[in-house]
Amino acid sequence: MSWLDIGPIDQIPLRGARVVKTQLGCVAIFRPAEDEVFATADRCPHKGGPLSEGIVHGRSVTCPLHNWVFSLETGQAQGADEGEIETHAVRVANGRILLDGSRLNRQVA
Amino acid sequence: MKQKLVVIGAGMASGRALEHLFEQARDTYEVTLFNAEPRGNYNRLMLSPVLSGEKTYEEIITHDDDWYAANGVTCRFGEHVVKIDRARKVVVGQNGEAPYDKLLIATGSAPFIIPVAGKDLPGVVSYRDLDDTNAMIDAAQRPGAKAVVIGGGLLGLEAAAGLKMRGMDVTVLHLMGHLMERQLDEAAGYLLRRALEDRGIKVICRASTAAILGEKRVEGVMLEDNTGLEADMVVMAVGIRPETRLAVDAHLEVERGISVDDAMLTSDPDILALGECVEHRGQLFGLVAPLYDQAKVVAQTLIGQSATFTPKEVSTKLKVTGCDLFSAGDFAEGEDREDIVYRDPARGVYKRLVLKEDRIIGAVMYGDTADGSWFYNMIKDGTDVSDMRDTLIFGPAYQGGATADPMAAVAALPDDAEICGCNGVCKGQIVTAINNGANTLEDVRAVTKASGSCGTCSGLVEQVLAATLGDDFDMPTERSVCGCTDLTHEDVRRLIKSQALKSQDAVWQELGWKTRNGCHVCRPAINYYLLADWPLDYADDPQSRFVNERRHANIQKNGTYSVVPRMWGGITTPQELRAIADAAEKYNVPTVKVTGGQRIDLLGVKREDLPSMWYDLNQAGLVSGHAYSKGLRTVKTCVGSDHCRFGTQDSTGLGIKLEKLLWGSWTPHKVKLGVSGCPRNCAEATCKDVGIICVDSGYEISVAGAAGMDLKETEPLAKVATEQEAIEVTTAYIQLYRENGKYLDRGYKFVAKVGLDWVKLQVVDDPENRKALCERFEISQSIYRKDPWAEQAQPGEAEQFRPLVDLTLEAAE
Ligand code: SRM
Ligand SMILES: Cc1cc2nc3c(=O)[nH]c(=O)nc-3n(C[C@H](O)[C@H](O)[C@H](O)COP(=O)(O)OP(=O)(O)OC[C@H]3O[C@@H](n4cnc5c(N)ncnc54)[C@H](O)[C@@H]3O)c2cc1C
Ligand code: SF4
Ligand code: FES
Repeated sequence: MSWLDIGPIDQIPLRGARVVKTQLGCVAIFRPAEDEVFATADRCPHKGGPLSEGIVHGRSVTCPLHNWVFSLETGQAQGADEGEIETHAVRVANGRILLDGSRLNRQVA
Repeated sequence: MKQKLVVIGAGMASGRALEHLFEQARDTYEVTLFNAEPRGNYNRLMLSPVLSGEKTYEEIITHDDDWYAANGVTCRFGEHVVKIDRARKVVVGQNGEAPYDKLLIATGSAPFIIPVAGKDLPGVVSYRDLDDTNAMIDAAQRPGAKAVVIGGGLLGLEAAAGLKMRGMDVTVLHLMGHLMERQLDEAAGYLLRRALEDRGIKVICRASTAAILGEKRVEGVMLEDNTGLEADMVVMAVGIRPETRLAVDAHLEVERGISVDDAMLTSDPDILALGECVEHRGQLFGLVAPLYDQAKVVAQTLIGQSATFTPKEVSTKLKVTGCDLFSAGDFAEGEDREDIVYRDPARGVYKRLVLKEDRIIGAVMYGDTADGSWFYNMIKDGTDVSDMRDTLIFGPAYQGGATADPMAAVAALPDDAEICGCNGVCKGQIVTAINNGANTLEDVRAVTKASGSCGTCSGLVEQVLAATLGDDFDMPTERSVCGCTDLTHEDVRRLIKSQALKSQDAVWQELGWKTRNGCHVCRPAINYYLLADWPLDYADDPQSRFVNERRHANIQKNGTYSVVPRMWGGITTPQELRAIADAAEKYNVPTVKVTGGQRIDLLGVKREDLPSMWYDLNQAGLVSGHAYSKGLRTVKTCVGSDHCRFGTQDSTGLGIKLEKLLWGSWTPHKVKLGVSGCPRNCAEATCKDVGIICVDSGYEISVAGAAGMDLKETEPLAKVATEQEAIEVTTAYIQLYRENGKYLDRGYKFVAKVGLDWVKLQVVDDPENRKALCERFEISQSIYRKDPWAEQAQPGEAEQFRPLVDLTLEAAE
């Protein structure tokens, strides 16, 4: 793992998300609870909706375009829809968000 | 060689019999199917939703061309059978003969036509098949058309409700003292009558028709007591009689219906019969549940296996949306009988059980029929109820000291409890289907047929789904708000007010939400209810809003946004147009479009650019047009008395005043206004949520119009003399909608639910109340009448529109 410090957690609204731009497209960083973060691809596998703009509820997000719901933990689409979003390791230390950049970097290199 | 089976009549009963036959013995018979109607099998029960516009014919077809082809059925649709020649074993159709080895008569029944003068006039229809239904729909197209429905039983009332929903003026004539007297007692009949009258249907009981009047076509109905009623159409729905003519001519044994034995054989061992045309041990049939049992027996008999038809108790429901009634068994009074009655006048609930020797023999319920199937099962099983007599009427949830969990009633049902009466599907079969992977209503219907006929048990099936799957099942929104709660929108709104719940957490906790913080369905609704009811105490939560309302722009299919500045009342200036042109150029806007709402849309703006674009537009005095909001959208106006030679008042000025007053307010769904300067109505005011037409003597205010998925003309609310009054009535109406509407119900749905009369009472007839509504609106506007763009363009807020970090830059370094 290679942890990248991407900023303080309070930069993300509670039950909201922000994106991190990478060479391989945007990664969405979600904050479903005070000190809980998840990172996934920002692109919905359905028709490319920006998941970071969806409503975050429990540990799930609903895509803003056509309401597919994804588990932030597993990346799996919920209910009848079939699809998966890539998830990335992410953690919070001393109020800072650390994103695992190994996969992002490896692919960049 | 295959044997030849000829079937007369492609109705509910024969369709089911053929299904069973092909399932068990695909190759035994070569089938020829005659049908007098020029079409194959469809779900006759669902004609009422087709009539009311809730379903289309295509949706109720049960067997399509592919099905007939796959099973090798020769279809002779649109062809009457005119004769059965038993000696030669052929049936004679209008277009030729068909020989049979076995014959199945399934001709159903024919509507009974009362023998009064005028019964044959054009415009007198019965209610039996699709052609009747279409004739009624056609008649309802004429604005202001009047219908008289003769017969206040199941069919007549479904026809009346459907025609009313189509906008007709409807009167029901019923011979007896109360409606549906065969299924309901007087108390329930009264509640039903009240519910129908509330939706504007006139009901006359003890009305005996003397004659139908008219020269070339129906013009009216005359009653025995000389009351005259105008009518453009008369629907005759007084009863049915078995269609036995072919059988009589063929000298089969016929009583009131074609006589059949327990194996569904007629007096000729090569001829079977089933459905409404038969009589079995003195009994006739008028509901599908027993017919489906007959269908099973017919299939068995045809393949040479023994089977016995035993009629069962039937229960009745009325398929009129919003009239919940249930009846089963025998509920006449008698010396040896006891009644248990429960009434809740405020909710319009009535329940009555009839007991004989500690067993329930009849049940009638109105208003709350959730426990119907529990009682129905006890009637069928003859359960001894002496132990639970005291709490029996409260239903299964109260037995054994359990708490009043709405789901408990269903969870408590035994596996053999019948859920779908029409298709005889019990709870156990549904649970098995669910355990085998069916997890939606549609799946369960496909596997078990439960809820596939009249559909009134859909709610119960969903409850079985919910009880079996727990949180994995999302209850459909029209019942509870969503899977996070069992409460309805109405419940939630009421409880938020009555328990003074002022935060989302208070709602989750006090109302027992099943999820941590709701979901994308309920959270926007709860956020709206809280901010509408407690504008000063509750802070709007952007994270509970759909992206458009959080970003104050419409998201596009490619993730960019559109920007629509307000043009008050459709008026703009060269300076504003210049600012829009500049912004369009500066931010590379690919499309600039004039909207249907009299303003300009800049489409395809990148999220990061939104705050600075808004800042630029703000500099020219342009603010958010809320083109994305469940809130005030546009106020369309026409040029009015300022310029137009016909204008009676300053419609443009009034429109601008209204828009400046109302903008920024949040509402259950979007709100659009139109103000026209004269009845030529160039602002299309009569299809808006609120439309104002200026006339010489003042302002005609109408509400509840729409021109989106539903096209609906507004209904007149008030006529006032001054502009000030017009503004007040409009504001009060919008506040009434804000306080009472269900989230995502457009104004016209809200008015349909509460009734225009109630709205008038609140905002027109009661000036005090109107004032109070306007005051509460103003309190709310003290928070919300502001430009969200200006706020979001502030440096701290604008940050949120940009990425947290941009690793592409770092990688490049
Ligand atoms: C831009 C515009 C079309 C145009 O190019 O003219 C438009 C565009 C959209 N309309 Fe509309 N409607 C526009 C005028 C209308 C009108 C005409 C009018 O207002 O006079 C109607 C019919 C009148 C009515 O509302 O009764 C209309 C009926 C709808 C409906 C159906 C509403 C309904 O209750 O049935 C929707 C769907 C909804 O709101 O749920 C909708 C939804 C939409 C959305 C917001 C779809 C969405 O959710 O993303 C579209 C956004 C496009 C975008 O990205 O900007 N739009 N839409 C018009 C903007 C008007 C404005 O200035 O604000
Ligand atoms: C509007 C409406 C709502 C209803 N709602 C309910 C409900 O909620 N619950 C319920 O249980 N029941 C309901 N019913 C009753 C239910 O539809 C009937 O019980 C059922 O359709 C009877 O089935 P069947 O096969 O016997 O006759 P049908 O379905 O009537 O089929 C008989 C067919 O035979 C054809 N036919 C007749 N004579 C000939 C001939 N000589 N040659 C060729 N073809 C011929 C007819 O054209 C018809 O298509 C409703 C009925 C109507 C009309
Ligand atoms: S009609 Fe309205 S919602 Fe439909 S595509 Fe056009 S703009 Fe979009
Ligand atoms: S793009 Fe996400 S649901 Fe359609």
